[in-house]
Amino acid sequence: MPQTLLGTARCIFRRDLTLAARKPADVATPLAFFVIVTSLFPLGVGPEPNVLSKLAPGVLWVAALLASMLSMGRLFAADYADGTLEQLTLSPHALTPIVFAKVAAHWVTSGLLLVVLSPLLAMQLSLPGQATWTLIATLLLGTPVLSLLGSVGAALTLGVRGGGVLLSLLVLPLYTPILIFGAGAVTASASGLDTTAYFSLLGAFLLLALAFTPWATAAALRISLD
Amino acid sequence: MYKYASPKNFYVLAGQLIPWLGIITLVLFATGLYLGLYVAPPDYQQGDSYRIMFIHVPAAWMSMYVYVMMAGAGLVGLVWNIKLADMLATASAPIGASLTLMALVTGSLWGKPTWGTYWVWDARLTSELLLFFLYLGFIALQAAIDEPRRSARAGAVLALVGVVDIPIIHFSVIWWNTLHQPASIGALNRIISPTIYPTMLHPLLINSLAFFLFYYMVVLMRMRGEILARERHTGWVMQIVRASAEAAR
Repeated sequence: MPQTLLGTARCIFRRDLTLAARKPADVATPLAFFVIVTSLFPLGVGPEPNVLSKLAPGVLWVAALLASMLSMGRLFAADYADGTLEQLTLSPHALTPIVFAKVAAHWVTSGLLLVVLSPLLAMQLSLPGQATWTLIATLLLGTPVLSLLGSVGAALTLGVRGGGVLLSLLVLPLYTPILIFGAGAVTASASGLDTTAYFSLLGAFLLLALAFTPWATAAALRISLD
Repeated sequence: MYKYASPKNFYVLAGQLIPWLGIITLVLFATGLYLGLYVAPPDYQQGDSYRIMFIHVPAAWMSMYVYVMMAGAGLVGLVWNIKLADMLATASAPIGASLTLMALVTGSLWGKPTWGTYWVWDARLTSELLLFFLYLGFIALQAAIDEPRRSARAGAVLALVGVVDIPIIHFSVIWWNTLHQPASIGALNRIISPTIYPTMLHPLLINSLAFFLFYYMVVLMRMRGEILARERHTGWVMQIVRASAEAAR
């Protein structure tokens, strides 16, 4: 069935969402990880609300970062294993928009859910209300960047032994600017400072990642499938 | 020029260059260290401890230069499919990682007398640490892929993503540092600042050149080894192996 480029991308987006909906456990695991890791911190550093609220921006952002990274494994793994990915690279359309659709679907079933969960965990760590809104907004801007950067790592480590640990080594250093400005914005907001600059920078990172990473991921996929 | 793109000719050329690079590196390094350790006066505030910068600063500069070389070579290998460029990228990574580690260790040793502690989250040290992680990622990725072609190309993509991200990481860390840290890096800024005395500047520049040539010497040595390993089934490599076996006997 001949398809337009946009039609193909939309079709893949819907397909990946359907697949995720059929396997809710796969979607839920990184979320559970997010909740568990943040819940460990009060046990480690003690339950004093003022200590927790001070640590909360960093803890929540680091946990979201790790959860997002852990979820990257399933972005291409199943399609790689059953040969779908190979078929996709044979499609008449460029691979870049297809990759983009896959990453978008993946973000909806990972990053977006982390954003939805975050206020609950922020409450647990007694983050002030104003800062919680900033947390939600920064995660909304930041997690797509994490997914996009992570997709490059996921494509590079496809079918490579020790892929999961390797992926963390590849992408975590690349994630640091997002962590710095994401957590920085929440901290600034908690102490009543202006956060415009943080949002501008996070937005800039998002645009940069949108422009370049699908292209790099497509190149990496072709290398991995060679 | 194209003649040297063949591994065999490159192997011979590199073999001729290495001794010269070695001699020049040795002379420069000896001069630089003599000027740095004996001729240059002690710093009015830091005493003699600042002298570690004659190692630290060249190592830090080279650690960044090598990453850019690695990404550049990776790009050439990716686009024009040149095996030697792939080998240059692969051979550069461990050297770059070692230089980064050297910059980190010397930086923290300098930090002890200056800041009173081995580690502070200073912007330069932190971004150097992240650079070290990037090198480790590159090495680990290439080590995990057995097929040389795929390994080289995957590494190239990673290095290119890294080279775009490094300036972003660097400036993010500087911003983060100025937000969180009281002004403890004044001392370091003064060392790097252009008001530096010529007696201190000259050994620094000479040592930087020595480190620069040292990198090329080691990278050529590593590339020669890589060429032998990859071309081990060809006639000319077997000849070399046989000849060296004869010599050993």
